[in-house]
Amino acid sequence: MSKFRKKEKRGMPALSTSSLPDIIFMLLFFFMAVTTMKEVTYKVRITPPAATELQKLENKSLVRYIYVGSPLREFRDQYGTTSRIQLNDQFADVSEIETFITNERSAMKEEDQNVMTVSINADKDTRMGIISDIKQALRRAYALKINYQASSRASY
Amino acid sequence: MSKISRKVEDINASSMADISFLLLIFFLVTTSMNTSMGLQRRLPEPLPPDHQPQDVDIKKRNLFVVKINSLNQLLVQGEEGWDIRDLKEKAKEFILNERNESHLPEKVLREFETLGPMEFTRDHVISVQNDVDTQYQAYIDVQNELIAAYNELRNELAQAKFGKLYDELEEQQQKDIRTVFPQNISEAEPKNYGGVR
Repeated sequence: MSKFRKKEKRGMPALSTSSLPDIIFMLLFFFMAVTTMKEVTYKVRITPPAATELQKLENKSLVRYIYVGSPLREFRDQYGTTSRIQLNDQFADVSEIETFITNERSAMKEEDQNVMTVSINADKDTRMGIISDIKQALRRAYALKINYQASSRASY
Repeated sequence: MSKISRKVEDINASSMADISFLLLIFFLVTTSMNTSMGLQRRLPEPLPPDHQPQDVDIKKRNLFVVKINSLNQLLVQGEEGWDIRDLKEKAKEFILNERNESHLPEKVLREFETLGPMEFTRDHVISVQNDVDTQYQAYIDVQNELIAAYNELRNELAQAKFGKLYDELEEQQQKDIRTVFPQNISEAEPKNYGGVR
């Protein structure tokens, strides 16, 4: 009978937590690898349009963003609800785009300057008038590679 | 004499987990997961300032006009009431001109390195025109369908000639297919809205 006698000590041995930091570090590295830093804080509300023939934007360092949408609620008093352009962290006018692009381009390395992509990140309810204006400004600034940001959807 | 133990005490590593948690949460907050996706387009070069916009002489049969009005309705080749779902097939029919019809773009014969002799509609142009009040989503939809038409044509040709998808082909093969089906989508000069150019 003594063969199956239970041991005296009933309590659970303490769990070793020494591998916990390693697990968390693994998670950390995973997130560092798959995510990207936020480009800016949005001041406009953007719901991207949906499309199917999407291409990934490669080489993030060569991409400059133009945001178009109606201002967030805290800016409504000052800027109203019509679509506005946001460059970097502030609201801008169409006329400022050319200078913005020229400045951004001259800050780049010379060999990267002509592969710069401008990504137009606009709300799906924006009117085309403002987009056409932006496109004309980009043409004048010789930023011809553009990208309309969109989210993916299933085809019809 | 040297009775003092030289052994280094174990460093208490229990706070390591907290530190890494903190880092993890920091990264979770400051980064975003979404990868930017979008439609790649290329704008035409700017006109010199003294240049008068002149109508480029494009034969009518080579031109495919898609107009989007302020109510997001489509006008394709002068016909009203088109549904966005039918645009892709119509565009494919136009680009391909399979039966060499006279109202569809003319075909040109050319010898390709990888494809052999091919007849294709070299000079066709798809023109997208929109109103100031067109919704951005409608414009993107049209662009999307037109790009989809080209992508499907390229894939069909790649399948027929090489038995692979366009993306899996070698560079020269891709280049030749791109020559057969170039993305000739013209983003027309905005029309004279309200008299100011």
